[in-house]
Amino acid sequence: MADLTTNFAGIKSPNPFWLASAPPTNMGSMVERAFDAGWGGAVWKTLGEPIVNVSSRLAGLDQGALRMIGLNNIELITDRSLEVNLKEIYECKKKYPNNAVIISLMVESKREAWHEIVKRSQDTGADGFELNFGCPHGMSERGMGSAMGQVPEYTCMVTEWVKEVSNLPVIVKLTPNVAHIVPPGRAAMQGGADAVSLINTINSVMGVDLDTMIPYPNVNGMAAHGGYCGTAVKPIALNMVSELARDAEFNIPISGIGGINTWRDAVEFLLLGAGNVQVCTAVMHYGYRIVEDMIDGLNNYLDEKGFASVNEIIGKSVSRVTDWGNLDLNYEVVARVNNEHCIKCNLCYIACEDGAHQCFSFDENKYPVVDEHECVGCNLCALVCPSPGAISMVRLDDGSNPVSWKEYSEDPSKTLRSHGSSLPGSKA
Amino acid sequence: MSELEHEQIEQNFAEINPPLNQAEAVFEANRCLYCFDAPCMHACPTHIDVPSFIKKIATGNLHGSARVIFDANPIGATCARVCPVEVLCEGACVEKTLMDKPIEIGRLQRYATDFAVENNRQIFQKGESNGKSIGIIGSGPAGLSCATYLARLGYDVTIYERKALPGGLDTYGMAEYKMSQKDSLDEVKMVENLGVKFKLNCEVLSEPSASAGGLSLGKITIQFKSNVTDNGVQPSATADGSDLHDAIFVGVGLGATNDLNIEGENLEGVMDALYFIEKIKTRDWKSVPIGKTVAVIGAGNTAIDAVTQAKRLGAERVLLIYRRTEKDISAYDYEYELAKKDGIEFVWQTSPIKVLGNGKVSGLKCKKSDGTEFEIACDTVIKAIGQQKQTSFFQNIGIEFDEKGRVAVNELMQTSNPKIFAGGDCVNGGAEAVDAAQMGKLAAQGIHFSLFGKKLSFAGSM
Repeated sequence: MADLTTNFAGIKSPNPFWLASAPPTNMGSMVERAFDAGWGGAVWKTLGEPIVNVSSRLAGLDQGALRMIGLNNIELITDRSLEVNLKEIYECKKKYPNNAVIISLMVESKREAWHEIVKRSQDTGADGFELNFGCPHGMSERGMGSAMGQVPEYTCMVTEWVKEVSNLPVIVKLTPNVAHIVPPGRAAMQGGADAVSLINTINSVMGVDLDTMIPYPNVNGMAAHGGYCGTAVKPIALNMVSELARDAEFNIPISGIGGINTWRDAVEFLLLGAGNVQVCTAVMHYGYRIVEDMIDGLNNYLDEKGFASVNEIIGKSVSRVTDWGNLDLNYEVVARVNNEHCIKCNLCYIACEDGAHQCFSFDENKYPVVDEHECVGCNLCALVCPSPGAISMVRLDDGSNPVSWKEYSEDPSKTLRSHGSSLPGSKA
Repeated sequence: MSELEHEQIEQNFAEINPPLNQAEAVFEANRCLYCFDAPCMHACPTHIDVPSFIKKIATGNLHGSARVIFDANPIGATCARVCPVEVLCEGACVEKTLMDKPIEIGRLQRYATDFAVENNRQIFQKGESNGKSIGIIGSGPAGLSCATYLARLGYDVTIYERKALPGGLDTYGMAEYKMSQKDSLDEVKMVENLGVKFKLNCEVLSEPSASAGGLSLGKITIQFKSNVTDNGVQPSATADGSDLHDAIFVGVGLGATNDLNIEGENLEGVMDALYFIEKIKTRDWKSVPIGKTVAVIGAGNTAIDAVTQAKRLGAERVLLIYRRTEKDISAYDYEYELAKKDGIEFVWQTSPIKVLGNGKVSGLKCKKSDGTEFEIACDTVIKAIGQQKQTSFFQNIGIEFDEKGRVAVNELMQTSNPKIFAGGDCVNGGAEAVDAAQMGKLAAQGIHFSLFGKKLSFAGSM
């Protein structure tokens, strides 16, 4: 059994799995049930001036028979009074001293307002604050949420205000609705944040009802853009996490959020630099119970890989992310078909024919065959193949030295090996 | 028959393969990999673009899905119910290769075609008249298919059908737990809606080749005897007539079941399997008195239809008697499995030598391949040992047939008389409805080529 305990920016947790600030952390009874199920920490549904919500609020994106691979919401921050929330946080923390309870905050952009809510909240026994600079819907129209996170100067300024009075670690939750994630990340750090968390939800319109022609979610015939989350956003989140993790100036912990359903997703975030992870949509879909396999799976993974502690894998893949210009132009892989596993669906053929580089033909037994001289090693055929083991990407190594585009630009005399049809001079 | 017995028989004949509901259909459709140049499409004799129609179910485009099906197979609703999918489309499905769980193509096809039928969607329209007239003899799968394509091309089409109801074996020959007469007649209605005329109770007499040719501008005459009926069953009068056509399609199928050629064959209680099945199609269970023990001779798919339905009708003991061994049976595996599940007794390597009884069947005397003889007490003997070819009819209309009694055709489905085309069981010697549908399609193309010199290919005519 590996050690799953984490110390994230000074906040101790029995495991790296926290619930993100969202409906699953709406109140004390919910958070307590989550801790009973095994969650290491919970970021409380954002506190602020109580709001009034609309009905309906959520819309899902389905893919074939898979329900809700993406979710969007137009629910705002807590609609419960600050007193009730703070009382429940106090009671919850007393009952679960070993679990992490983080208070998410969002108030108007005034120094006194932030000072007041921080002061009122920090004696609850909670372990830290998370500043919600991320929500892209509703609150942003009132100058809060992502309206804050989209302007690095505001991010820095409000973080400073909080740090002036806070005696708890402060996490700044970043919005992905920016052109580049590094400036707001650095701004949070500059403002004194102890950590950042990302990503919050992405601006989205989920779809339109084809019969009524009203977009989702329908609020009395009208719709507004919402915040997008769930499985479908994971790659965007992983990119932003790794962008910050490999930034030379940025050096505070990252709490990874976005499309985490399983321990596998969580490990990917950890490998790309997250110090822990936060989960919401998967719990909204399946309930708190999913954490059992997250803990179990992570444990087994660490054991099998020979790691004594989860902390040993944090950031382990960060150095493997680089700019395109540093990639080796002389590395070559090609697709090979293993007839034993081929089921002759021909998806590789049509994908390559219409979506890639026309490398496939058929042998006399109707098995697909790759023309390795034409194959550029794009992976597409292997990606569409439904039969495990039927297509493998194989390295062709002729002993050429690695040459990146950056190196080649500086010294065109470097030898580029000819591969595929995409490089000049590769074929007569 | 008591009410209770009636209820029980109704239950016994409930559909063996009920329709998919929406959730099931969408789930199953989404499971389809959408193969390119898909094996299922190749395996279908009419080459329906299966991935295309399934994808359309997944996207909620049911009208389009039905169009893809009916475009390649005008009897797609029938085939969805009766096709031996295990050995055709579903047998070739890559999901069968991958995890031994093929996509339920047949039931999905039914889902889409049911949508079209239930919502009265006329998928195709009659083409603008091209001035040519075609006579089709037989309204079974081959004739319906040929008629559909010809009507789409603008031909004036008349179908001559001997029986009171159109549809041939679709209407009279499918096991009742697979499909009802209504299912077949609904599909026929789609053909009628294309302007195809049906002359029912109408027997084509002959076409002496002498009357064809020059006299009537190259037209060919069909002479027929029409049984005018009052209630669709009892002929009240007959009338002779003749029609002129530019070409004829013959889709008359096979004839009566072969005789056993043994003593006692004419006793009351010996019946032809096709007659037995046809009687059941009326769902008038009392009209088929079969007694407690039924012996069926033969081991083809028709024999299976007979034993399973005899059991469903309430026979306590049903035996299938076959002269060869279990591994030699021509019935499909899944049909044999169904019979086993129904508790049928199989008597292998045994031939009937005499039907016993005094006026009425009381037993069957049999002989084992080792020469031993024995008797089986039974009330009914059903013959299912293959059907005769309608060679005398082919002789009458002057078309050639091969040594097996099958009408000889070229690649245009054209017979030895260039104005007569043929397809279906009378050409292939007896196969599936889907095979007949394909031949009807090819014949329509052949007729069009012979009359207009234009080569065209309908969906799935490869």
